[in-house]
Amino acid sequence: MLSKRIIPCLDVRDGRTTKGIRFQDNIDIGDPVEMGRFYYENGADEIVYYDITASSDKRPIMIDVVKRVAETIFIPFSVGGGIRTVENMREVLLAGAEKVSVNSAAVLNPDIIRQGAEAFGKQCVVLGMDVKQVEPSGKIPSGYEVVINGGRTFMGLDALWWAQEGERLGAGEICLNSIDADGTQDGYAIDLTRLISTHVHIPVIASGGAGKPEHLLDVLTEGQADAALIASMVHYGTHTLREIKDCLHRGGVKVRMTW
Amino acid sequence: MIAILDYRAGNLTSVQRALTFLGHSSSITDSHGEIEKADRIIFPGVGAAGKSMENLRRLGLDTVLKERLKGGVPVLGICVGLQVLFQHSEENDTPCLGILPGRVRLFSPDPGDDRNAPLKIPHMGWNRVTFSRPHPVFEGIPEGSEFYFVHSYYPEPENPAHIQGTTDYGVTFASAVAHKNLVAAQFHPEKSGPSGLQILTNFCRWNGTDSAPCKEPTC
Repeated sequence: MLSKRIIPCLDVRDGRTTKGIRFQDNIDIGDPVEMGRFYYENGADEIVYYDITASSDKRPIMIDVVKRVAETIFIPFSVGGGIRTVENMREVLLAGAEKVSVNSAAVLNPDIIRQGAEAFGKQCVVLGMDVKQVEPSGKIPSGYEVVINGGRTFMGLDALWWAQEGERLGAGEICLNSIDADGTQDGYAIDLTRLISTHVHIPVIASGGAGKPEHLLDVLTEGQADAALIASMVHYGTHTLREIKDCLHRGGVKVRMTW
Repeated sequence: MIAILDYRAGNLTSVQRALTFLGHSSSITDSHGEIEKADRIIFPGVGAAGKSMENLRRLGLDTVLKERLKGGVPVLGICVGLQVLFQHSEENDTPCLGILPGRVRLFSPDPGDDRNAPLKIPHMGWNRVTFSRPHPVFEGIPEGSEFYFVHSYYPEPENPAHIQGTTDYGVTFASAVAHKNLVAAQFHPEKSGPSGLQILTNFCRWNGTDSAPCKEPTC
């Protein structure tokens, strides 16, 4: 059977990774290519690069990063952040990314999902969703609302509806980030993840809240996620991919153990 | 020189990047002359069977590929480049190259996963390949290795002798096939980490027969 994927996520600003990462082995911890290589060599199943560069005129820097990553690591990686148009998607894919993820751009212009899927294939298009728990209402029946701008702007979209709409438009995968859980290191939003994962037919990557290996075990079993995104828990050297995968393996989750 | 068939499919450059990393020069090409001179051919691809076959025929690459196969040059098919080797694909109800007898079918969500949830399609991610017999292109792969897949259709070879490896996803399907100087993988060796790169390295040394690979790279 298919293995559940463990995916480190690296934030990149102006061509440098942003989190202070404690590593040995003479790794340049600010270099997204070196960081990618480190995770590639240590068992990552995929890597996500998230471009948090504020100004769009610095976009070529990210494209250069993507090219160098593609020459260095031979597992799939995706790029998100700052993707506004199909032309942006094309640049990133041509530079060597396997997938491209759209978040706010898709909320503001859902057709970008359809256009991307038609131009490059569904498997290239990841729908990123930032979601906050709210009081269930007529407008938001699931009690989970889509937000953008890091959770500051509520979009009046029900998260479950949006996930299904994203699938219908042609997204090949959903990266589901709980704004409530993000940064807490207290565990993923299990109920939200299960709700979305059991109502779409495409893979769901759980994001936000990972602090220890058991959190991944929970979201990949109870939460029924297909993959789990991790950041601080590995970036700061608190845990290793090997440790996480050993824990999942012991817990009966099928993960890739040989690399 | 390795020719990477350019039939306007996606993902051609990732194969080339992996070859470059391994020290092999290659050319992404639709030039018949260049393909006729190549030491070996890679037939990669991400895309739909219908469009792929249409492009192959329009560019005349179907004929060149068949001729070179007959001539004994080593050929590696990847993903859609494996699927269209068969006679027919359910994807867009497409008549394919018919180099190998068999057809290509759509996965069914029905068998369910180990929690009885419906299987998600595409089959996307890492999975095991059980190699049914030794082959020079698939040797030196560490036990327990997994490979990266992304596909909604799977091959069903008619001749069991063509099955080189199998993978489970609701059904047990042929994830690697081999016949004479032709090998093909449903997974992406160029995205499958060191084990995938090993397959590319083996292919670049392979002389196209079932005997052990020669010591010196010939490409």
